Amino acid sequence: MIELDRVTKRYGNSIVVDDLSLAIRDGEFCVIIGSSGAGKSTALKMINQLIPLSAGVIRIDGKDAASVVPEELRRRMGYVIQSIGLFPHWTVERNVGAVPALLGWPAARIRDRTRELLVLLKLDPEGFWRKYPHQLSIGQQQRVGIARALAADPDVLLMDEPFGALDPITRDALQSEIARIHRESRKTIVFVTHDMEEALKLASRIAVMDRGRLIQAGTPLEILASPANDFVRDLVGQDEVGIRLLSVETVGNRLRRGEAAPHQPIAATASLRQALSRMIAERTDRLAVADAEGRPIGALHLSDIVRR
Amino acid sequence: MSAKRNMPWRDPLLWTTLGFVALVLLMPLLKPVFAALFPRLERPLYEQDSFVDLAAWHIALVGISSVASAAIGVAAGIFVTRPAGAEFRGMVETVTAAGQAFPPVAVLAIAVPVIGFGAEPALIALTLYGLLPVVANTIAGFGAVPPAVREAARGIGMSERHILRHVDLPLAAPVIIAGIRTSTIINVGTAAIASTVGARTLGSPIIIGLDAANIAYVLQGAILVGSLAIVLDLGFDRLVRAAQRWRRA
Amino acid sequence: MLLVLACIGLATGLGLAFLTHAPNRLVSGRPIPLTAVVGGASLVALLPGVALLAGPFLPQRRSAHRLVAAAAAAFLVALLWRAGAQAAALAEIAPRAARTSLGGGFWGLFICAALALVDAEHRLRLRPSARFIAGAAVAGAILLLAGSGALDQLAIVREYAARRSVFADAVIRHVAIVFGALVPTVLLGAPLGILAQRRPALRAALFPALNLVQTIPSIALFGLLIAPLSALAGYFPGLAALGVAGVGVTPAVIALVLYSLLPIVRNTAAGLDAVSAASVEAARGIGMRRGQIFRYVEMPLALPVFLSGLRIATVQAVGLVAVAALIGAGGLGAIMFQGLFADALDLVLLGAVPIILLALAADALLDLAGERGRRRPA
Repeated sequence: MIELDRVTKRYGNSIVVDDLSLAIRDGEFCVIIGSSGAGKSTALKMINQLIPLSAGVIRIDGKDAASVVPEELRRRMGYVIQSIGLFPHWTVERNVGAVPALLGWPAARIRDRTRELLVLLKLDPEGFWRKYPHQLSIGQQQRVGIARALAADPDVLLMDEPFGALDPITRDALQSEIARIHRESRKTIVFVTHDMEEALKLASRIAVMDRGRLIQAGTPLEILASPANDFVRDLVGQDEVGIRLLSVETVGNRLRRGEAAPHQPIAATASLRQALSRMIAERTDRLAVADAEGRPIGALHLSDIVRR
Repeated sequence: MSAKRNMPWRDPLLWTTLGFVALVLLMPLLKPVFAALFPRLERPLYEQDSFVDLAAWHIALVGISSVASAAIGVAAGIFVTRPAGAEFRGMVETVTAAGQAFPPVAVLAIAVPVIGFGAEPALIALTLYGLLPVVANTIAGFGAVPPAVREAARGIGMSERHILRHVDLPLAAPVIIAGIRTSTIINVGTAAIASTVGARTLGSPIIIGLDAANIAYVLQGAILVGSLAIVLDLGFDRLVRAAQRWRRA
Repeated sequence: MLLVLACIGLATGLGLAFLTHAPNRLVSGRPIPLTAVVGGASLVALLPGVALLAGPFLPQRRSAHRLVAAAAAAFLVALLWRAGAQAAALAEIAPRAARTSLGGGFWGLFICAALALVDAEHRLRLRPSARFIAGAAVAGAILLLAGSGALDQLAIVREYAARRSVFADAVIRHVAIVFGALVPTVLLGAPLGILAQRRPALRAALFPALNLVQTIPSIALFGLLIAPLSALAGYFPGLAALGVAGVGVTPAVIALVLYSLLPIVRNTAAGLDAVSAASVEAARGIGMRRGQIFRYVEMPLALPVFLSGLRIATVQAVGLVAVAALIGAGGLGAIMFQGLFADALDLVLLGAVPIILLALAADALLDLAGERGRRRPA
């Protein structure tokens, strides 16, 4: 559990983070969103003490983060940044193994772990681990960046607009990757972004910040359905609310069990938005729904999507 | 590159070094050649000191001053780029920039009224003058380390000392070595002139030859000094490339 | 920073001799401490020095930096004035051959004050033109002081007085050789640089050769040129009549051109490299011909880098001409080496200090020209 208790950061006369109180539970995927200058990166960097606090306390599992030596704290957290920051003079293998090496793991264990992580991030170990960062595409570099952050198996992963510098296709792929990693490992992820789509896609909880203040914190559904003020409403986007609400719910919630429908089924875990998109593309108002094994379990009607 | 690994005899550094050593050791054998080229000279070969001694003194002078200026210069560069030394940085940068406009021979000459004649003023002048490119290049080298890399290093939990040793220095190494190279090569030339302040180096035959209108002396000294400079330059080139090996993968 | 300078300045100023006084130029002098120089009315002159000592303890504001800069500049002039006055006082009671030289204490204080001035200029974030004016002001004040005869009894000035015309000739000759070498270098080097930038094959052949020349120490290159040039002058008496000889100006100029080619050629090529392809393409797009593109787009944009190369070449040339004195080219180096060979240390300074000043002046002037070049709209 990461607890930000009335955290404030001042630079001279300007207040960058203003009396921020936020509790991030274990296993949560907490996305901090806001426009540029909202203080979200600063808030993130205060969690791992990269930026010292002006006031307030940050508690990690009950203990004051400031009471731990900063380097030790950071070695227990993964940290991924937008500009990636791989060490250009180290091979991929050495980059990924950076934190385990700092922690003094034996070489064999580091090698095994590196291999494991490269596979996890869909990078073929044989092909990649002798390479240097400049030989990789930017998407591959960020995969290595994430692998490096996960190497010592931290409980917490801090990510500062990690996909901001990537092209849309790579960004999409890596978003799915990190969502999968979160599902499988149940780590606590604190993720900063200015992209609402990204936040809605990934978050289990969203914290909206503006000019250093926390405006609203809640599940994606809460943010969409009951925005606290005009700022949040604008951030979500007036015209997009409906479509965005659809991406938050899955087909499984609205299907009619036992019914049949023609053509290719859609997965029960797909979002209602994807279902609507298919219906429009296939010019139908019904879709067959299948479970994880591909067995048909029911049908989804267009009217059920629209009706509450 | 692979040519050098498989066929070491093709390596320019190897045969220029061998050539230099051969010239130093075997110059006396060339006496008849010089006698034939300059028949009117009574003494076609410089014999006041052995060329081996001169070469040893010259290399010692250059070597000691280079090591000293490298050590002090890199340390100063590190100090000035850390928070503790930040307030000295502006002035150090200005002084090193202005100092490089000082002609090395003038710095050598000025050392004499202050310290006296002999090898000591030469050593001090060479070290002081050699500091400038090293400090300038150390500062520049550290400045070229991408900020993202440093942020990532801090973020994953590296201590400042660890970052200096494993990130800053290796990444700045090519530029720093280039600075040491510049100062060493300049020092080879200045050390040659140091015979005018009382040190004995490979430049002594040149200076004495110029004074006595003995072109043979001048040529012998010039060939040796020139070859030494080339050998050292090739050696440093090799070092710089080694420090950048990862870039060419 | 200022505190460190103040400590070093005080330590050297009080610890080392301010002046040294010798009965003649061959014997080393007896030290004269700072305390002997300061007394009575002259205490006023050293007030700027006291102000400098207070500098480290003032709050870090622009007014404080300006005060430090002014105090440092004034102190530099005051130090020279007091040294000159003391030398004059000593000269009245000493035999004609006696010499009063500037000692380690003087230089320590002088250099620390100069560094304090540089530091203050830096904190005030002055542009090169402003710094140039500040430097010129100090230089001007010192020249005025010298002109008024206040420094006449210092050994270095007496050496100058003893050979005024020789000195003037040396300066003119030094500058002439630098110019005489740089003009052909630019005329040859700039076109070569342009060609090299357009033809990678030429670049790959030329640059290593020029780099090789740069590696060879100057005295060695001078030495290597003597033999063939003497032979040449021997076989073609016509050349000898023109003044081409194995020693003297000829090998100096030839070597200087060879050395100066690298910075000029390299920086011309680099400057043209730096002109963005987008600018050139835009120019072509609006219908400029090749020659016009070069004149109106490439040249102005490449100028700053070229001027930087010219600056490097000029400063280097001043030093090279000093070394060339050893092969008989004359110039300020001749005075300097004469002092070294005769163990007359103030003569060494008479040669070395102007060489340094010349190099610094060339550096500052070309830096200023570069700044102007950068500010001109392209």
